[in-house]
Amino acid sequence: MKILALDSSGIPASVALLEDNVLKAEYTINHKKTHSQTLLPMLDEIKNMTELELDSVDAIALTAGPGSFTGLRIGSATAKGIGLALSKPLIAVPTVDAIAYGMYGTESLICPIMDARRNQVYTGVYEFVNAQDKPEGIYVTGDEHGYEFIVRMPQCAVDIAELCDRLNEFNRPVVMCGDGVPVFKDRLNELLKVPYTFAPSHLSLQKAGSVATLGAIMYRKGMTQTAAEHSPEYLRLSQAERERKEKNGL
Amino acid sequence: MSSDCLILAIESSCDETSAAVVRNGREVLSNVIFSQIDLHTLYGGVVPEIASRKHIDKVNQVIEEALDKAGVTLKDITAIAVTYGPGLVGALLVGVSAAKAIAFATGLPLVGVHHIEGHISANFIANPTLEPPFGCLVVSGGHTHLVEVKDYGKYEIIGRTYDDAAGEAFDKVARAIGLGYPGGPKVDKISNEGNPEAIHFPRAKVGDSGYDFSFSGLKSAVLNYLNSCEMKNEQIVVADVAASFQKAVIDVLVGNSMQAVEQYGFKKFAIAGGVASNSHLRAAFEEACSKRGVEFFLPPPILCTDNAAMIGAAGYYEYINGTRHGLDLNAIPNLRLGEK
Repeated sequence: MKILALDSSGIPASVALLEDNVLKAEYTINHKKTHSQTLLPMLDEIKNMTELELDSVDAIALTAGPGSFTGLRIGSATAKGIGLALSKPLIAVPTVDAIAYGMYGTESLICPIMDARRNQVYTGVYEFVNAQDKPEGIYVTGDEHGYEFIVRMPQCAVDIAELCDRLNEFNRPVVMCGDGVPVFKDRLNELLKVPYTFAPSHLSLQKAGSVATLGAIMYRKGMTQTAAEHSPEYLRLSQAERERKEKNGL
Repeated sequence: MSSDCLILAIESSCDETSAAVVRNGREVLSNVIFSQIDLHTLYGGVVPEIASRKHIDKVNQVIEEALDKAGVTLKDITAIAVTYGPGLVGALLVGVSAAKAIAFATGLPLVGVHHIEGHISANFIANPTLEPPFGCLVVSGGHTHLVEVKDYGKYEIIGRTYDDAAGEAFDKVARAIGLGYPGGPKVDKISNEGNPEAIHFPRAKVGDSGYDFSFSGLKSAVLNYLNSCEMKNEQIVVADVAASFQKAVIDVLVGNSMQAVEQYGFKKFAIAGGVASNSHLRAAFEEACSKRGVEFFLPPPILCTDNAAMIGAAGYYEYINGTRHGLDLNAIPNLRLGEK
């Protein structure tokens, strides 16, 4: 099974190819250049370097959101275009899940935060549980010799203070990661009452290798979409819609 | 059949998601347009973020429908053409990203097209015998350009607006007199019942060339008129205001265009863009051109609005002229005509 994966939900652009659970290529650029200029040339590069026949790809996995609205749409339109041309399905992997999955095997809780502006973060809380404990969840693989990736709090947009309250309630050590960490470091230092650590940069970025791996689990469970029906998960209305709702008292 | 050049074209620069298949630059095999107008009417104008979101929802459907209606598959297509500017950047990026992805996955050549070049090229579809050189006025909600079309893909802008586009002025005035959005068709319609000579609004002259436009002063004049009527407790006749405003816009558009016709010696003149659907504008140009013995061209309304068929026509001429874009093609919101 071959999964082509891409992420352009934040500053990094990342693409990957997973073949039968082996990561054949991953290419990540964390630099301020628009995804419109980087994403497809990067895909082209890994295609050429791995001598990939595009027709042999089974599905295209992408981070479906949340993230930068424009970034999400570049990724989405790219995946949809490839899916249309190849008649292949898409796998919409939640962005925050994919970031957290990079922290495989830690015994702490994992909490990625992405800066969502207006003092909010896109975040979620995750945990790796020993497979022998037979936990349940969407990413459970049933492989007995490993950890299962469990979602403790599904991804959402929340105020940073509210997130800290939630983490304090969990009352467990937590690894914080994601591009929101440098932005909210002072608030986290002030508000977190549980032991916490900040992950290094290479585990803090959106990376398409994680997207591909979670995508493969979802693919095996039939969690795919047609390229036509896929749309990003923004987790937020547009400003105009929000203001209109507020005005109408909704 | 094998010598035919089929362009799959994609357009998403504003609030229409559109895809088309065009044969040899002139023959439209399909032209699918998803208009978001109802969505934006709630907000009194196009909201960029909402437009971008809707483009993503619809982009694959319109492309698939365009291929289906044309009775072709991607295997029959010669090249992909896409609007990459000017326009709303978030909206443009959807079409550009999808077009590049299809080019990547199929290996087909990619041709980026200027939106205005598309509008001008709508005339090639509507008039199979039209060939450059000719003069062209492009008028829409976002653009007011007087252009010398020297050859296929070769343009010189001879006049442009200093402030509002003509279509924008229509929208703003329509809102002020309570007609709502979109203003163009509503002003056009109600003007049939109004007297275009009832109120004299100014015809702005700007710049040295005599080819440039300015519509913000006219818009202010209409607003001032409405205010002063209100102060004096005078009844406002909406149809008269609409007709008089529209006449002022048309006088300037026709006046500058005919000055260009005379000085550049155009034997042919064309109009294009959303405002070129305006029935009074069409009639005024028809008359002005025929008076001067100039052959007049105009696209049907469906090709005046933003649509991908016109991008396919322009894309065809770019393609045969050798224009190719790479997978790093970006959306350029303020792309200039003639810039490559």
